[in-house]
Amino acid sequence: MATLDNRLACKPADFKSDVNPIWCPGCGDYHVLLSFTRAFAQLGLPPERIAVISGIGCSSRIPAYTNCYGFHGVHGRSLALAAGLKVTRPDLTVVVASGDGDGYSIGGNHFLHACRRNIDMTYVVMDNRIYGMTKGQPSPTTEPEFDTALSPGGTGVSPFHPLVIALASGANFVARCFSGEINETTTTLVEAIRHPGFSFVEILSPCVTFRPDEREWKSLVHPAPVAATSDPAKAARRIMTDDGFNIGILYRGNRKPYQPPVGPASVDICDLEKDFEL
Amino acid sequence: MSSTTEPKIGNLADLLAVAWQIEADAAERYDMLAGQMEQHNNPELVAAFRDLSRAEGIHRDEIKRLAGDIDVVAHAREVATWTKGESPEAVDLAGAHYMMTPWHALRLALAGEQRALAYFKAVVESTRDPAIKKMAEEFVEEEAEHVNLVHRLLRKHKAPPDSWSDDLDPPVSLE
Repeated sequence: MATLDNRLACKPADFKSDVNPIWCPGCGDYHVLLSFTRAFAQLGLPPERIAVISGIGCSSRIPAYTNCYGFHGVHGRSLALAAGLKVTRPDLTVVVASGDGDGYSIGGNHFLHACRRNIDMTYVVMDNRIYGMTKGQPSPTTEPEFDTALSPGGTGVSPFHPLVIALASGANFVARCFSGEINETTTTLVEAIRHPGFSFVEILSPCVTFRPDEREWKSLVHPAPVAATSDPAKAARRIMTDDGFNIGILYRGNRKPYQPPVGPASVDICDLEKDFEL
Repeated sequence: MSSTTEPKIGNLADLLAVAWQIEADAAERYDMLAGQMEQHNNPELVAAFRDLSRAEGIHRDEIKRLAGDIDVVAHAREVATWTKGESPEAVDLAGAHYMMTPWHALRLALAGEQRALAYFKAVVESTRDPAIKKMAEEFVEEEAEHVNLVHRLLRKHKAPPDSWSDDLDPPVSLE
C-alpha cells in the first residue's frame, strides 16, 4: 500500500505550469516536457528546490511550462547563468535546457567550459538539427547535404559532434535519448541529475515543421548495444563510430565536481545597487 | 507504446490503480492535444480533444469511486509504471499535426482504446485470482465498448483526401 511519503510527494502534474505551450503539434519538445515533469516527481524534490535555466529558441521555452524556479535567459548564455546560480546556491538542483543552435553555436564556447569546470548540474540539449524558431536555418548539427531554400544544395559543412566534444571537454556523464521514448528519457534524466558533476543529455527531438523527415527517427533509434563505460576514450570511440541513433547512457565519469567555497554574502544588495546608479 | 504484459497485477488494488493511471494518462494527453490545437487555431479539434479528455476523466473518477478506501492515486505511483513504452491509452503526441482533422483524432483515439483493450485482455488471461479476473473482465467489456464507439464515430467522418496537410500559407517558403 502507499506510504505517507508517497501520498505527500509531488506528482508530475505538480511540476507543470498553467502556461499552454506554443510548440507545433507533433514537436518532440512536448515529450521532453513530460519527461522533465516525471523526472522531477521521481526525484522526490519539491518545486522550490529545482531551477530550470534556458537560453533562446523553441526548446528554451521550457522554463515557462514547468512549475519550479526558472530563468529564460540570453541566447547561448544559459550555462553561464546556471553556473552562477549553482555555485551560489549549491542546495538547488539546476537543470539547463537548450537546443542545437542555442547550445552548440551561440553558446558553443560556454558548452566547452561548462564541461571542463564540471559544476554539478544537468545540461539537456533538445537537438532537432535546425533553427526552428527562426524558420529553418541550418544549425551546427544539420547534415551537410540538407537542402532547403535557406541553404540551397546544403551547407557542405561537417556537423558538430556534441557528445564527443562533451567527453573531450570533461563532462562527467554523457547520454543520448529520443524524445518519443518518454520513460527511457525520464530514467536517464533522473540518473543524470543524481550523478555528481556536469551531466550532458542530448535528446533527439524532432522538428516536425522544418524537418518533417525527422518523424522517421522513431523507427531509427535503438538502445545502445553496450553498457556505459567510465573510460572517456572508449566512450568517444563508440560514439564516433555509431550511427547517431544509439540511445542510452554512454559514459559515467568519476571526476570530482567543482564547487568553490561560498560563504554568506558580505555586501548588502542595496550597496551593490548603488554602484550601478547613474 | 505499451507492452501488454506490464504492469504486473498482484492484487485488486494494483488493478484498480493501474486502471486509474491508464485513464488519467489518457485524459491528460487529450488535454495537451486540445491545448496544442487551441494555440494553432483548429477549433474543431479543440472540441474533439476536450470531449475525449472529459470522457477519460469521467472513467478515471469512476475507478476512484469504485476503489472505495483504496488510495488509487498514491498506489498508482508504486505499481502503475511502464518500463517499456507508455501507458496504453496515452495517445502518441508525435501523431499530431496542426492541420489534422477529426478523423485523425479518432484514429489516434482508436489506437489508444485498442491498446487498453489488449492490456486488460492480457490481465484476464494471465491471472489466477478470481477477483482480479472478474474486475479485469469488466474493464475489457468497457474498453471493447469504447473501441466500438470510436468505430461508429469514424464512420461519420470520412477519411480526408491526401492533400489534407497542404497549407496555402506554409511555415517556410519552398521557393
